[in-house]
Amino acid sequence: MITFILRKLGVLLPTFFGVTLIAFVFIRLLPGDPVLLMAGERGMTEERHARLMKEFGFDRPILVQYGSYLKQIAGGDLGKSIITRRPVIEEFMTLFPATAELSLCAIFLAVLFGLPAGIIAAVRRGSVFDHTVMGTALTGYSMPIFWWGLLLIILFSGILRWTPVSGRISLLFFFEPVTGFMLIDSLLSGEKGAFLSAVRHMILPSIVLSTIPMAVIARQTRSAMLEVLGEDYVRTAKAKGLGPGRVIGLHALRNALIPVVTVIGLQVGVLFAGAILTETIFSWPGIGKWMVDSISRRDYPSVQGGLLLIAAIVMSVNLFVDLLYGLINPQIRHTD
Amino acid sequence: MKYSGKLWTLLCAVALILMCALPVSAKTLVYCSEGSPEGFNPALYTAGTTFDASSRALFNKLAEFERGTTKIVPALAESWEISSDGLVYTFNLRKGVKFHTLKDFTPTRDFNADDVLFSFMRQLDKNHPFHKVTPGAYEYFEGMSMPDLLKEIVKVDDYTVKFVLTRPEAPMIANLAMDFASIFSKEQADMLMKAGTPEKIDLHPAGTGPFQLVAYQKDAVIRYKAHPDYWAGKAPIDNLVFAITPDASVRYQKLKAGECHVMPYPNPADLEAMKTDKEINLLSQEGLNVGYLAYNTMMAPFDNPKVRKALNMAINKQAILDAVFQGAGKVAKNPIPPTIWSYNDDIVDDPYDPEGAKKMLAEAGLQNLSMKIWAMPVQRPYNPNARRMAEVIQADFEKIGVKAEIVSYEWGEYLKRSKDKDRDGAVLLGWTGDNGDPDNFLAVLLGCDGVGGSNRANFCHDEFEALIQKAKRVSDPAERTNLYKQAQVVFKEQAPWATIAHSIVFEPVRKEVVDYRIDPFGGHIFYGVDLK
Repeated sequence: MITFILRKLGVLLPTFFGVTLIAFVFIRLLPGDPVLLMAGERGMTEERHARLMKEFGFDRPILVQYGSYLKQIAGGDLGKSIITRRPVIEEFMTLFPATAELSLCAIFLAVLFGLPAGIIAAVRRGSVFDHTVMGTALTGYSMPIFWWGLLLIILFSGILRWTPVSGRISLLFFFEPVTGFMLIDSLLSGEKGAFLSAVRHMILPSIVLSTIPMAVIARQTRSAMLEVLGEDYVRTAKAKGLGPGRVIGLHALRNALIPVVTVIGLQVGVLFAGAILTETIFSWPGIGKWMVDSISRRDYPSVQGGLLLIAAIVMSVNLFVDLLYGLINPQIRHTD
Repeated sequence: MKYSGKLWTLLCAVALILMCALPVSAKTLVYCSEGSPEGFNPALYTAGTTFDASSRALFNKLAEFERGTTKIVPALAESWEISSDGLVYTFNLRKGVKFHTLKDFTPTRDFNADDVLFSFMRQLDKNHPFHKVTPGAYEYFEGMSMPDLLKEIVKVDDYTVKFVLTRPEAPMIANLAMDFASIFSKEQADMLMKAGTPEKIDLHPAGTGPFQLVAYQKDAVIRYKAHPDYWAGKAPIDNLVFAITPDASVRYQKLKAGECHVMPYPNPADLEAMKTDKEINLLSQEGLNVGYLAYNTMMAPFDNPKVRKALNMAINKQAILDAVFQGAGKVAKNPIPPTIWSYNDDIVDDPYDPEGAKKMLAEAGLQNLSMKIWAMPVQRPYNPNARRMAEVIQADFEKIGVKAEIVSYEWGEYLKRSKDKDRDGAVLLGWTGDNGDPDNFLAVLLGCDGVGGSNRANFCHDEFEALIQKAKRVSDPAERTNLYKQAQVVFKEQAPWATIAHSIVFEPVRKEVVDYRIDPFGGHIFYGVDLK
């Protein structure tokens, strides 16, 4: 197992290095520079522009900049945002819990509904339920997130007034964040009604963010289950007189789960992408919106640092998924 | 009778106890702001979002703009005198002004001259210990040419400060009313320097303003409470909350649901619904801005005023207002908005006359003219859709036989390339006033110093320049007004721009909000605002 992890890490390191290069080069390939954007319509003289570029270190050759950037990140320093002038890691850590909390809730919802829907659709192949689930999944997958979010806000917050429009908790509650996870912090605060308020604020954004992963998981589970249900060992299990619950739950599902878990792992990346829109609609203070703002303002250190940290998280999740295979199916357990 | 008297006394006592026991509910105004501030030191940034959260809530300046107007009124300076040569400004500072008391800072003295010197010298003196505690640039301070303009700042006594200038600058007081001129506490700075955390001055500063910062959660919420000892009297509201809500449609839903009281920048498409909403007052005011099409007056054939005039006559501005501004704009005939003093209303705009334009072009000897129109890639207050505007102008030019090609670049690149002196074509751009002074439009955008920079028309006209330079030097408002009015006449004759429109700013507020006023500078100011 340890060899497997080390081998995986060996592959991840060059990937990580590649991400640093891509993050560094791509943001600089975009036209326009951060100093000019700062000045806006007013503009600035050539001398002043040159002075500021020098101050930020953007006047050096790109390879020299990249070299010093690598040295900097090797020392654990991701630099300071040129807009807010705060350390990138500090900004990321302030905002990341909000994205993580929303993503976890969304993936929880996606698995909670997507997995059983896919299983039942496979078992009842061709039934009304199957067609309904697959039709809904296709609709969910094709739905533009922005439009879907606004629609839910107008219906549930605007017309029915069941849920709050946006934010993470009612403005009536005010406490210092401990973990950054609002559901936990609201419980820790001891303020009456705070947890319920946090839950109510979580409902719509997590539904919106979970829509695409839920559709993907339902479709993947259905197709994996259909494949497994036709296998000999399932027929044997049925012939042995096992009940449908044991056949599906113990024999079929366990084998069908491998591709499903892979898809769930890959959806983490999708969640980060989806979070950009969801966070904007629901005024959710997470890293999605922060990244978009940083790109539009050419905040090089924030974009580089943010991409690096996001890549590290996605890679870690995928490594975890690889390890999970062994737990689901001992036949593919990784040996030392 | 005896019993009823006792009963009455008892009832009164109970009522009194109940009244005392009832909590007096704090008034909290929630403003659905459009974004996060970049920081809390307004001198380091240029965005209005940052000024709303910092200078307009936390700080005061020596002079300020009266709420809802461009009129300059005394603030931390009770009065000032200007020397006859216009080179020395003496400010008499207000006494008894308290700074905010924060969790880690309790001021021991009132505001005085040391704070003024600290706030300006920090920006001016590159060797000042606080000049670089937060990396970056003092963009407005530099942009308003303060380093060249300020010869020295002298503390005469605790309550008198002298600003000595290198040249007369009539808009000086207006400049000092701008956000970058906010006054910080030197005592807090000294305390933080001693503690080894000087950078905290820009993260959690103690100002003298009507509200003090309580907490800030990036991209989520900013909380303020009313400064109890504010020199102009405590704000009518007790708490001010900025609920950061980037999407305009969501802001509107929050306003409708009562989750906020005031919202900026509504979607033009929502305005009609807002007008009929019983819960909402839709306030509107002409913005302190101008949107224009700047010809490159250094390049042929646009170096000929006749050609520029002809093109101006071909543009149907009303059609642009209908198509682009959807009613939220006003045709511009001058380079300054009507809300600025010295606006010359006697000027008659170029008529929309395609036939006349054709004739003028022929007189100028131009046939089959082809040119470029630069369309900005972003939405700005003075131009909500530059691409659409460029298309309307393109169609107008087509009618007089001028072939126009629309070009666009990424915003930073657009700003950079549009400054080139040998730029090909006419540029769509605009300006929002900084300090309500005509100089801030006419000198910045059309003065010879701005050629190759903020003067996108590269317009350097002797008569015009002489007028605006003289207006900078004289301090008599009547004389300045006259000079600027004449400058606008020259502008109209020379036509370096096609002045397109001044936008109308809309701000929906809930009905329970009392005395909210639209700020002509585009800011959002909550001192003086109350809740029913």
